[in-house]
Amino acid sequence: MNLTTIAEVRRPTSLDEIQGWHDGCSWLAGGTWLFSEPQVSVNTLIDLDSLGWAPLAVCAGGLEIAATCRIVDLHAFEGPAAWRAVPLFRQCIESFLMSFKIWNAATIGGNVCMALPAGAMISLTAALEGVCTLWPREGVPRDVSVVDFVTGNHQNVLRTGELLRSIHLPASALSKRSAMRQVSLTRFGRSAALIIATAEDDGADFLLTVSAATPRPVQLRFAACPSAQELRDALDDRLPPDAYFDDVHGSASYKRHVTRYLAEQIRTELA
Amino acid sequence: MTQYSVNGRSYAAEPTPGQCLRTFLRDLDVFGVKKGCDAGDCGACTVHIDGKPFHSCLVPAFRAEGREVTTIEGLARSGEPHPMQAAFREAQAFQCGFCTAGMIMTAVTLSEAQKSDLPHALKGNLCRCTGYRSIHDALQGRCNIEADLPGRALGASLPNPFTDAIVTGSARYTMDVAVEALLHLKVLRSPHAHARIVSIERGAALAVPGVVAVYTWEDVPRRLFSSALHEDHLVDPDDIMLLDNVARFVGQRVAAVVAETEAAAEAGCRALRVDYEVRPAVFDPVAAVQPDAPVLHDRDQVTASSNIFCTLQGEIGDVAAGFAEADAVHEETYSTTRVQHVHLETHGSIAWRGEDARWHIRTSSQAPFAARQKLAYIMGIPPRDLHVFTERVGGGFGGKQELVSEDLVLFATMKLGRPVKWEWTREEEFIGATTRHQMTTRVKIGARRDGTLTGLDVEVFSNTGAYGGHGGETLAAAMASPIAAYRCANKKGIGHAVYTNMTPGGGFRGYGASQTTFAVECAIDALARQLGIDPFEMRRKNVVRPGDNIESIWKEPNDASFGSYGIGECLDIVERELRKGNGVAKPDGAAWAEGQGVALAMLECGPPTEHRSGSELRLLPDGTYHLACGSTEMGNGITTAHKQIAASVLGTRADDIAIINADTDRTPYDTGTFASTGVVVGGKAVHLAAQAMAEDILDFASRHSGVPIDQCRLDNDGVVCGNQRIPLTELHAEGAKLDHRFSVSRRAYLSPRTIAFNVQGVRLAVHRVTGEIRVLHSVHAADIGRPINPMQCRGQLDGAVAMGYGWALVETMVHDSRGRMVNPQLRNCRIPTFADTPRTEIFFADTTDRIGPLGAKSQGECGINPVAPAVSNALADATGVRFAHLPFTPDRLFEKLAAT
Repeated sequence: MNLTTIAEVRRPTSLDEIQGWHDGCSWLAGGTWLFSEPQVSVNTLIDLDSLGWAPLAVCAGGLEIAATCRIVDLHAFEGPAAWRAVPLFRQCIESFLMSFKIWNAATIGGNVCMALPAGAMISLTAALEGVCTLWPREGVPRDVSVVDFVTGNHQNVLRTGELLRSIHLPASALSKRSAMRQVSLTRFGRSAALIIATAEDDGADFLLTVSAATPRPVQLRFAACPSAQELRDALDDRLPPDAYFDDVHGSASYKRHVTRYLAEQIRTELA
Repeated sequence: MTQYSVNGRSYAAEPTPGQCLRTFLRDLDVFGVKKGCDAGDCGACTVHIDGKPFHSCLVPAFRAEGREVTTIEGLARSGEPHPMQAAFREAQAFQCGFCTAGMIMTAVTLSEAQKSDLPHALKGNLCRCTGYRSIHDALQGRCNIEADLPGRALGASLPNPFTDAIVTGSARYTMDVAVEALLHLKVLRSPHAHARIVSIERGAALAVPGVVAVYTWEDVPRRLFSSALHEDHLVDPDDIMLLDNVARFVGQRVAAVVAETEAAAEAGCRALRVDYEVRPAVFDPVAAVQPDAPVLHDRDQVTASSNIFCTLQGEIGDVAAGFAEADAVHEETYSTTRVQHVHLETHGSIAWRGEDARWHIRTSSQAPFAARQKLAYIMGIPPRDLHVFTERVGGGFGGKQELVSEDLVLFATMKLGRPVKWEWTREEEFIGATTRHQMTTRVKIGARRDGTLTGLDVEVFSNTGAYGGHGGETLAAAMASPIAAYRCANKKGIGHAVYTNMTPGGGFRGYGASQTTFAVECAIDALARQLGIDPFEMRRKNVVRPGDNIESIWKEPNDASFGSYGIGECLDIVERELRKGNGVAKPDGAAWAEGQGVALAMLECGPPTEHRSGSELRLLPDGTYHLACGSTEMGNGITTAHKQIAASVLGTRADDIAIINADTDRTPYDTGTFASTGVVVGGKAVHLAAQAMAEDILDFASRHSGVPIDQCRLDNDGVVCGNQRIPLTELHAEGAKLDHRFSVSRRAYLSPRTIAFNVQGVRLAVHRVTGEIRVLHSVHAADIGRPINPMQCRGQLDGAVAMGYGWALVETMVHDSRGRMVNPQLRNCRIPTFADTPRTEIFFADTTDRIGPLGAKSQGECGINPVAPAVSNALADATGVRFAHLPFTPDRLFEKLAAT
């Protein structure tokens, strides 16, 4: 929709050009959320597209995903054969409520910064132990893990004017086995629960990531694949009934119910 | 100026900084780009940028610079339609056509892999009309149309006459016009469910650059009316005002701002300072009738006591005695939810003063004539000074049987003298329009051991929301056909329509009958189960039949009677097809439970109140005809049907009948296209006019040729008189010499009303842990008389059944404790997507009606009614648990399922 309060669009080609950040400023990445609701407190858009960041870079340590990387680019990513978790990219992308057409515009960074419980790129990058690189307006860049980056529904650690530059997925996580389950109240609707686990071949370093069911991603790490009871106890210990996220895409009690169920399915698959 | 390339043409233009590509393209008069949601959820605005599909409402316009934008208008190459446009034409993959441009623009980009996975590929394109079946057909290259042959129009699957305009994007919907010197209207809506407006400070709003005027309750006529549109305005309470000083629901309009741009009008609304005196609010109809409940309306104006708008009650026989002789009794309270119509085209109107010094209103309405009368009343002007018309309407479903946008634009244009437009947002549809009435229904039903019903007692609480439009009529419908459908000597009912501080209830496909059908059809099923009787047998034994009194809870004479009777055949078809199966097995795993259910619905074709329609027909000098009929085309296919009715009587091709509709200047009066009247009233008027025209032509031809009239007959574009054939062109020319004009006009009224039936069968699987429901087999049989256009009838049923599944399984409007809607966006308040919509096998009973025109009965509305109860009955069959409260979303099922 038209953002009728916008008075100015800046299209910098380097960050040095961005001066005079004020309360009415907003970064513009894909724009797919920004343009989907009135943004009456915003009067200036700063376009990140014009910065020309390379969307994806494979390096020895893993995969560097620019915040401005389009969903469609991540969907097309193949990656080295050793990265067995790459199919998760597509699984998570296809669990979006959004259509494939939105993938052409929406960005990974935008989805992560939106910090919606059901943000599937949060689920993906948290499960793959992603680390965000943040560029503050002043001072040196800082790194924050994805699981800590999102602090609640629509909440993240970004400070005023701070920018998510990229997300690094370590090769160690990308090389693990993975399993994923998702449910929603309608077919291919917004996730009520999106659960991912990764583990080594022998089940070691079993990392369960609960998302969508909770306001922010929650991770449970086990040195070895847990038993059904261990997993259930750990989940209940970490996530009491009121820790689940109640919204129109599923009641908290339902999300708790399916989280337990799906987590156990995943455990069985990776055991 | 920046250069933009759209459909190969270069434009020098500058979008405003926050403008999205959708409106930028429309500002360039590229009107094929539609707005369904303006938020990336519906896909109606899909365009290509450098060949890739985008939702143009989410694309910042400036990003299109230096790239090639293609819209539906640019898809054809060298005058030839794109193969996908041709496929949509052949399959008739649309009804209202509002989603079609976006659907086609999406479909042409699909890879083969995507085409084999349409549930995923089309998740970003919503269609509210078709149930996606015909869209699926288009993508599979199926042809659903037949040739238009002279004299063979009746019963032929002819294409919609506006097909080419729809698939090329040139069909003009309400907002698809460029108007000079246009002003824009926006409203401020109440944040409170119940509040008195103490004051409105408008200075800051008027100071916003571009704001022309601000209107509040102090500026408008203090005249009460009802926004509901009916023939008889007295069936609805006069309880609403153009702008009021009391807000009775969150979303009620409080003030209107008119400005040079929409942006300025919105800024003006934000700048208004309103001092509200917040009052206690009540949202539940049962709570609203308690003595201490806050009262919504002044008692002497509207209602005798408290918040009850109306109560209907009656009894035939002796229900207490009936239950006493029952071997089994079932009693349960059922409830149904409010849902929104989500016609893809939102409400909106444009009003201006014409050179004829009259007021013209271009609108999206199901009832332009009733709207004109109401507007004349509100503004205190003669109806002849008003011209209300539609061009193409993007869906209605009852939501546009409501005067909600025309009044303010007329008021503003009368004040300001300039054209004024008001286009609603999708959010406004959810919070400011109407919904289906939420109803809670207690049913007590008893039968003897052999299944014979002995007593039926129904109590309904209908939540009519803040205003009572449609409240009485939907309640009357709720107390009528679903109860009359069963023969039982002892029936009793009481129903209350109650004011609360919720969004007002309105007309919605199924109109009150849907709600009671849900309750009664679940109850019949539960009783059959209790008695160990097959649910089909239970219905066969008890359904009303010719010779019975057609009565619910009153013994008054009824003008409904069986012009035909096909319920037995419908039950047989659905039973046979479910038994035969479709080869779709339940998913693997013990967690999946499988069950099947059936439900029926009866429809008295047309409302019990007055409804009328006129039709004018002319023979033109070129030997073709021109038909003028007041009915509204909103995807219901009524123009196609009316052309076919006329063509079949006149022995010609449907294509030789030009048609104009829904225009108070250019067509005869029509009450409105609602309450299943398009065929049985509008169609009847067309039928009468066509018969009169045939008589007129034959009479003239007989006199002209000297051949006795009984030896004259119409033959396509001529008349055969004995041994000679006179072309209609020649006859018309001969007539002109004598001032014989070959023009006729006829009016039709609705009485008697015939009766139609629908039966829905569902086999489904439900996951006992996750609560997911998968419909495995969906069968629908309709007793709609002779289908005038079988393809269209099937399409109407596809759409109605899909909407029924939406009500049963998907749609959930959520309000917080203060009456605010939590999810007024389509991504949060879902309607069925392609993936959510089961394909339904549709069958017609082989009936020909003796009341409806040419043997036809109503067909667009009633298909929705048996769907939700059939789903509940299938769930009960699968799990042994009765789910009595809609919707059946997994989070509302899982706790009970876990106990099974």
